[in-house]
This record gives sequence, C-alpha cells and structure tokens, in this order.
Amino acid sequence: MITLDFIVNALSLGSTYALLALGMVIVYGILNLVNFAFGELLMITGYSLFVLSIGPRLPWVVMAVLAVGVAVLTSYLTERAAFRPVREHSPTAMLITSFAVSTLLQNAALLIISPRARGVPLPKLFSMSARVLGQDLPIRNLLAIATSLLLLGLLVLLLRRTVLGIALRAASDNFRMTRLLGVPANLVISVAFAISGLLAGVVGLFWVGRTASVTPTIGAAPLLVAFVATVIGGMRSLAGAVVGGYIYGIVFSMIGILLPPGMMEFREAFMFIVVILILLFRPEGLIRGAYSTKRVG
Amino acid sequence: MLSVTDLSVRYGAISAIRGVSLAIDEGELVALVGVNGAGKTTTLAAIAGALKPHQGTIAFQGEPIHGRPPEAIMRKGVALVPEGRDILPSLSVEENLRLGAFVRHSRSEYQSDLAQMIELFPILGQRLRQAGGTLSGGEQQQLAIARALMSHPRLLMLDEPSLGLSPVLVDQVFELIGRLRGRGVTILLVEQNVERTLQIADRAYLLRTGRIEAEGTPDHIRSAVDVEGVYLGDHGRMQP
Repeated sequence: MITLDFIVNALSLGSTYALLALGMVIVYGILNLVNFAFGELLMITGYSLFVLSIGPRLPWVVMAVLAVGVAVLTSYLTERAAFRPVREHSPTAMLITSFAVSTLLQNAALLIISPRARGVPLPKLFSMSARVLGQDLPIRNLLAIATSLLLLGLLVLLLRRTVLGIALRAASDNFRMTRLLGVPANLVISVAFAISGLLAGVVGLFWVGRTASVTPTIGAAPLLVAFVATVIGGMRSLAGAVVGGYIYGIVFSMIGILLPPGMMEFREAFMFIVVILILLFRPEGLIRGAYSTKRVG
Repeated sequence: MLSVTDLSVRYGAISAIRGVSLAIDEGELVALVGVNGAGKTTTLAAIAGALKPHQGTIAFQGEPIHGRPPEAIMRKGVALVPEGRDILPSLSVEENLRLGAFVRHSRSEYQSDLAQMIELFPILGQRLRQAGGTLSGGEQQQLAIARALMSHPRLLMLDEPSLGLSPVLVDQVFELIGRLRGRGVTILLVEQNVERTLQIADRAYLLRTGRIEAEGTPDHIRSAVDVEGVYLGDHGRMQP
C-alpha cells in the first residue's frame, strides 16, 4: 500500500543513500580509488557525538556540526597521511591502503572506547513526528530529505559556479589534462576527500540516529550501500551516484512492503537480484559518465 | 628561454628519447619534426612535466623545471596543447576556457580574455554553453588552442595541431599559428605536415628514433628530410 508515510520513508532512505554514493564517487572519479575506509567516517561521526556528550552539555546542533567537522578532518587527514604517499604507485597499492585505514580506524575505536555499543545523544526532534494529511510522519525522515536536498543543491552550486568546482569536475574527466592547465593535484584531491568526509558525516548523524548508538563496525553497512548504489548508477558520474542512491533506497523500501512478513529476512537477497538485473542490461550502470582511463601521475 | 640538455625519457625499459638537446629563444617559432614514434610527443610531455625524465635537464628562463609537477610548470608559463587536444568532454566550452585561465586571478581580465578568444575563434562564441565533447574535431582544436592562450603562456607547445583536420581547417590552423607568432608568442610546434611547418618556422629539429638527427634552418632540415625520404624510398615527404 503506497501511503504518504511510505513515500517519505523511501525518499529519506534514498536521500541518505544518494549522499553516501556521492561521497564515494567524488573520490573515485578523480583517483580511481574505491575508498574502503569510507564507512569508518560515519563511525567517527557517531563516536564524536558520543565523546562530545560526555563533556559539558552543548546544544545538539553544535555537537552535530563538530562531529561532522571531525569526519571532514579525518577524511582529509587519511588522504594526507595514507593515500598521498602511495598515489603515484599502482592503483592496487591505494586500494590495499584503504583497507588498512579502515582496519586501523575500527581497531582504534575498539581499543580506545569499547567493542560494545555506545549511546549517542539525539535531539528530541528525532523521535517526534509531524501530522501531515492525517498521517504521522517521523520528523527524522523529513529532516533527512531536507538536509540531503540542501546539501545536493549546495554541491551543484559549488561544482557549476566556482572555478574550484569546475576543476573538480575536470579532474574526473581527465586528471592529467587538468593538471596541465595548472590545477594543483593535491588541492583537487584534498577538496574531494573533504567533501567525501562532509557527506559521510552528515549521513552519519542520521545513520546513528536510527538506533541512537554507535559500534566500531557500524561503517560496514553504509560502505556496502554506497558501493552498490554507485554500481547501479554508474561509477563514472556524480549524477549517476545520486540516481543510484535514490533507486537503491526506493527499491529497497518497495521490496519491504511487497514481501510477505515471513520472507523479510531475505530482503537484501531480493535487492541484489534487482541489482543483478540492472547490471545485466546496463553493465556500466544507469548513467555513463565521461570515459576516462587516465591515471594519476 | 627554454633549454633542454641531454634529455632521456623511458617507458619502463624502453627508451623513448635519448640525449635530446634543444633550445628556444624568446619570440621564436621552433619546429620539431620526425616520423611517428620518433619521440616528438614524448619530448613535449617531458617539458610540460607530464612525464618524468630519466636523465637530463630542462631549464625555463634559467630555472630548472625537470621533475616538477605539470601544474608548477604551467604556472611558470609553459602551456601544452596535447596531441588529441584533450578537451574536457563533460565541461562546457566556457568552462574549458575558464580552467584555461585557472592560473590567472583577475575576473575582469578573464572577461576581456574571453571576449578576445571569441573574436579570434568566432565558432567558440556560438558554442559557449555546449559540452566540449560534442564539438567537431576542428572546433575542439580551436578550443584547445584558445584554452592554452587563456593562461597567457610565455611558451606555447602545440602537438600535432593539424592532425585529423580537413584541408580547410589545416589552412586555418597554420594561419593562426602565423598570427600568434606575429603577436610575439614563443612557439614549439610538433607537426607531421613537415613542408608547411618548415615554411613558417624560424628553426627546426629533426628527431629520429629518439635522437636529434639534424638541427638548423628550415632549408637545412628540408635537405635532411629529403635525404631521409630518399632513404625510405619516398621523395621529399615523410610518411608516418
């Protein structure tokens, strides 16, 4: 039964998935790196909220902004410390490095904090609902949609209207030529990682908001979501990532209401059948980006 | 202005160029000719910083630039229009030009430079909002040259600018190079169209299998090419 509640739910899932996929593709487009440490950025956001809640009482919005800031900083620093030194070697070296960063961050959380779940503070708004057209809609879902649209809008502005944004798009078209035009490689890559961290951080707030807790392995699920959404939409295009994220979220929600309750545990399996079907007909994903094989030198 | 000394570049174990030395003075139009695979593109890419030299030095205005990243070399005023033009396909024509001016900062200057490029290449003015990848080969070549000019380069390196263009467009490209030279732009030109290139060049170098075989006036190179042509069984013209 398609109700307003269902639509809002599907769109909020799709919005967060779109941001996740975008955070992954913005780095992949430039570096040809599938960053397996991407999920850990959401974990970092969750633990930042937890740590901030121990100290003096701050308004939630301040804690949220700080936590997202920590995710941005972590993303930027992992690039500086881990990816930059191996960038000019093989793509495999970078891929392995991303596994290492992921493991390192997970174990740091395990050792420093705890293997068990920790509670994170949430605003009251997250557990409230608004009555729209006779239906109770969770405000958390409405906020997720609004925040995602706002972020997407700001990103489009950045990418279309600023020279830095044009340089970012150029770098995913042809990184070598972009550098030959005088655009510093390090600047473009740092900005891409910072944006990736920003998107992961914002999604992280909503992700830990579902269970109001954070664990060291919380990053695995969003990483998988981001990866699958990018594959659906097309690895080569930012628009593809957004489309892939929304399709993933909406189809996943549909499967949720179509399956009989007894088969709910196979929800993921059905989702992957859909993914396989999409890939059978569109092996490059739904949106083909500019063809680029140029490596970073 | 530019001096390349004993430059060698390798792709893995294979040497692409060995011991190449060349020099360009301010305001000169110097041509680099030779058959396909002689190492012309490799030489330009090494000067621009897109390839790391294995050996040798490159100095631009007295300052060593070999081994520097391409963006740093571009900032010093060396612009490369690469073979195949490398238009950024998903960016609009205007965005391509805007990135060409990345190393310049003044906004008003950008607007006047843009207007000048549109005057020089009217077709680009009609296509400003169109994606670079949708332009025809000739239009892309004009865009690639305009994009390089947006940075106000001190040295403009053109790699096969007439490749794949119709005869009319080839005429236009050579006419444009002549005009740029008239404006005092220093140019290093790589071309397959040897005869036409030698007609407009001040000096030329002949590259063969990664080495400089001859250097000097266009007439001198012409005779060296003739000898090579006889050797290859083709009089006067080099075939790829």
